[in-house]
Amino acid sequence: MDGLVLRKLGRRFGSVDAVIDLDLHIKPGEFVSLLGPSGCGKTTTLRMIAGFIDPTAGSIELDGKLLSAPSGSVPPEKRGMSMIFQSYAIWPNMTVAQNVGFGLKLRNLSREEVNKRVGEILEVVRMSHLAERYPAELSGGQQQRVALARAVVIRPAVLLLDEPLSNLDANLREEMRFEIKRMHDEFKITSVYVTHDQSEAMVTSDRIAVMNNGRLEQLDSPYALYTRPKTRFVASFIGRTNFISGRRAADVVEFADFQVPVAAMGDGVAASGPITASIRPQAMKLSGEPGTNGAINLQGSVKQSAFLGETWDYVFQAKDGGTEFKVVAPPADVFEVGAPTWLAIDPRQIVPIVD
Amino acid sequence: MTSLPSATATWKDDEISSRTRVPWYQRLQPANLLWLFLAAILVILIIAPMWTLIVSSFTDAKTGGWTLNNYIEAYGKERHITALTNTLKMGAAVVVLKLLFGVPLAWACTRTDMPGKNFVRYGVFGAFIMPPYLGGVGWILLAGPNTGWINRAWYWLTGASEPLVNIFTFWGLVLVTSIGGFFLVFVFVSTAFEMINSEMEDAANVLGAGPIKTAMKITFPLVMPAIIGSALLSFLGAIALYGVPALISIPARFPVVVIQLSEFFSFPLRVEVAAAYAIPLLLITASLLGLQRLVLRRKGYTAITGKGGERRLVKLGRWRWVMFGYCFFVVALSVLMPLIVLLMAAFAKSWTTGFSLSNLTMRNFYYVLFEHSSSQKALITSVSIGIAAATVAILLALCIAYIVQRRLLPFSNVLAFLAVSPYVIPGIILAIGFYAAYALPPVALYGTYTILVLAYVTRFLPIAFTTSAAGVRAIHTEMEEAVRILGGGRLTAIRHVVAPLLKRTLAGGWLLIFVPAAQELSTAIFLVGPSTRVVSVVLLDLSEEGEMEVLAALGTLLLMIIVAVVAVGFRYLGRDFMLRRS
Repeated sequence: MDGLVLRKLGRRFGSVDAVIDLDLHIKPGEFVSLLGPSGCGKTTTLRMIAGFIDPTAGSIELDGKLLSAPSGSVPPEKRGMSMIFQSYAIWPNMTVAQNVGFGLKLRNLSREEVNKRVGEILEVVRMSHLAERYPAELSGGQQQRVALARAVVIRPAVLLLDEPLSNLDANLREEMRFEIKRMHDEFKITSVYVTHDQSEAMVTSDRIAVMNNGRLEQLDSPYALYTRPKTRFVASFIGRTNFISGRRAADVVEFADFQVPVAAMGDGVAASGPITASIRPQAMKLSGEPGTNGAINLQGSVKQSAFLGETWDYVFQAKDGGTEFKVVAPPADVFEVGAPTWLAIDPRQIVPIVD
Repeated sequence: MTSLPSATATWKDDEISSRTRVPWYQRLQPANLLWLFLAAILVILIIAPMWTLIVSSFTDAKTGGWTLNNYIEAYGKERHITALTNTLKMGAAVVVLKLLFGVPLAWACTRTDMPGKNFVRYGVFGAFIMPPYLGGVGWILLAGPNTGWINRAWYWLTGASEPLVNIFTFWGLVLVTSIGGFFLVFVFVSTAFEMINSEMEDAANVLGAGPIKTAMKITFPLVMPAIIGSALLSFLGAIALYGVPALISIPARFPVVVIQLSEFFSFPLRVEVAAAYAIPLLLITASLLGLQRLVLRRKGYTAITGKGGERRLVKLGRWRWVMFGYCFFVVALSVLMPLIVLLMAAFAKSWTTGFSLSNLTMRNFYYVLFEHSSSQKALITSVSIGIAAATVAILLALCIAYIVQRRLLPFSNVLAFLAVSPYVIPGIILAIGFYAAYALPPVALYGTYTILVLAYVTRFLPIAFTTSAAGVRAIHTEMEEAVRILGGGRLTAIRHVVAPLLKRTLAGGWLLIFVPAAQELSTAIFLVGPSTRVVSVVLLDLSEEGEMEVLAALGTLLLMIIVAVVAVGFRYLGRDFMLRRS
């Protein structure tokens, strides 16, 4: 199978399972993020792909060639990959050009070839004018660019990124996100990106693998992940959401304050029994009068409000002490706390999840 | 692509097992063999000599069978027991004197507005550079009962017939031993003083404690661990020192352990008895260091490692000059006076004649360099063995520190423990162990440069290791992982990244080893052969022959070489590298 394949990958540290039963197929040229809270096993997974950690179960293959297995692994230096580290790991004893050219020299390329390719890549990351500087003379963002150039210049089989932006300040981080995306689009290198920041993952990735407690929760495109989360963890980790519980009865799902035809909710509704669903705060609309066109309409009132500049955050409560919903509204939709309002819910955006 | 992974996972078990083995040649890393090699070296350097020492203490020299006779012979005579108790007495007295020298100087230089702090610091540094036996020779010239300069001045001034001072006594031995080692107390304690934040003292002031109460209740308790630690090291250094007792304790008729050991090593050679006699010294050392760890672990002194806050200097007022006077006195006793008489003797035709132009000569230097049978060669030997030992120790320690810090091997902590363990082995005992293990056939290294270098490497491995480990710890692992993921092996990472980044640290550690190695006597004394005599051994012979002028010239040359090397180090590394505690 082409690309990077993790099969039933597992890693135990003592009695703790850092990664359990992880199956992941990353296609050639694809950009996949491993996203999750700290301790979810994403860095362990990345370091197993790099070869710095041996798995205790399962295997890793690249283009059909076995790289890692509990019985032994190909060492990192023989994998033809490259990696961008959290600390950048720019060697302070070498200039920018020497840093970038190091991997090429290890490949025994001629001096002219090394210089040519270093020059090209420094052009791409807009660092040509700083080629002879030492790392101590560079800003954090510039060091990050050197790390990026150094990793990309060898045309690695797989590019691994270990929270590369976590040490940058907010503005620079945003800029570097697009830089990484641009490099990927230009060179089409198969990439695995570890992060705990969902917006980083969303900007850069073709697909995102959400991990929790060593397990893969869901692997999907950023859009699908947000709009169709499959588990409670994913729904709450990616963005904010409202959870509501209900029960399926024949062709409808009954929630506390309303009921929805199964047909209107889309896929994944259990055949019977209790159901938990997620509704994003953006999937609902507050208004002064009941809405129309097929939406579910709930009568109630605004309980809390907070103005965040770009949006309003409201808490809406259905009448007679019913369910509370977090609702996001544009700045123009102003409601007083206590004012009677209507909440319109798009039934297609009520997503059944695994609890 | 949107379904749950558990639904797509349909690999069959047999499909996996057919490819779960990565071919062995792809897994091979040449580095693994190196690590095994290093472990073997440590066994050769440390385990084997110490094991042989213990075994031979229970071995009958003639039959090779098990026996306790060596212990009976070693402790059967009252004289031998006296040497042991004498040594403990001397060690205790030396500790007191070293603390009296070191602690006030450390306090004055770090916490007060005393004038001339730099002078004092250089003085203490001079005490580090000056080998203890040269200090001893200087003091023999100063305070020998008949011809010592102080006594001659005393006779001339008062017409008395009894000497004012006599170096060949218990207190002479204590004084000379102390001046050769108090710099250690200074370095430890001044580092501790520098760590104390003035705010801690202010807090006591605010609560109503006066300056003296604050000093007694806050400041000194905080430096207590450093004082205790350096006191223990001073004791261990004192009881294991060979040069000074060799010069002084024999004429003083005050037998100590090291002299008794060397007696077992003279004719008739009784290595097994020497081994048996050395064991208690080893046990004392090990248990004292164990005790130190126990004492220091109890209180959370980590609080004082933070730098934060400004340190204010204590204003001594008119006591400033009194304090400086005391510091000057200590520096004069330990460095200035012995050094001056040594230099004067080196340039004198006859040192007993006193200072006059007609007595000046360069003849001693010429004699030492070109005529004396062994001194020129000894200088070359000392310097080259110092260079070799420092280089080998640093390289070996770097490899071990790297393995330990990067946890490359299971049980790498064992390697670390081994590398610092020679710390508890006094040099003279190490020499007996090396003699017992390697001097005789089948290894037959006696009288070779190899055995000297190996013993020196072992002796200085702890310094090398602590320096290297601190250096490696400061290098982020990702620096090396970046090399490896780009296609370089571990050795490439070490050569191109780790080594260049460690250059300064390693050079500092190298000098910290070279200086004592070039002067080393205790380790050399039983291992040198006729053709491998080092300067320290030749100096001792010259003192027995009474050739004080030649001795002084040779000692001056040795000092000049060491000072030159250290000066180069200062230029390259900055002035403070040696006064930092490693």
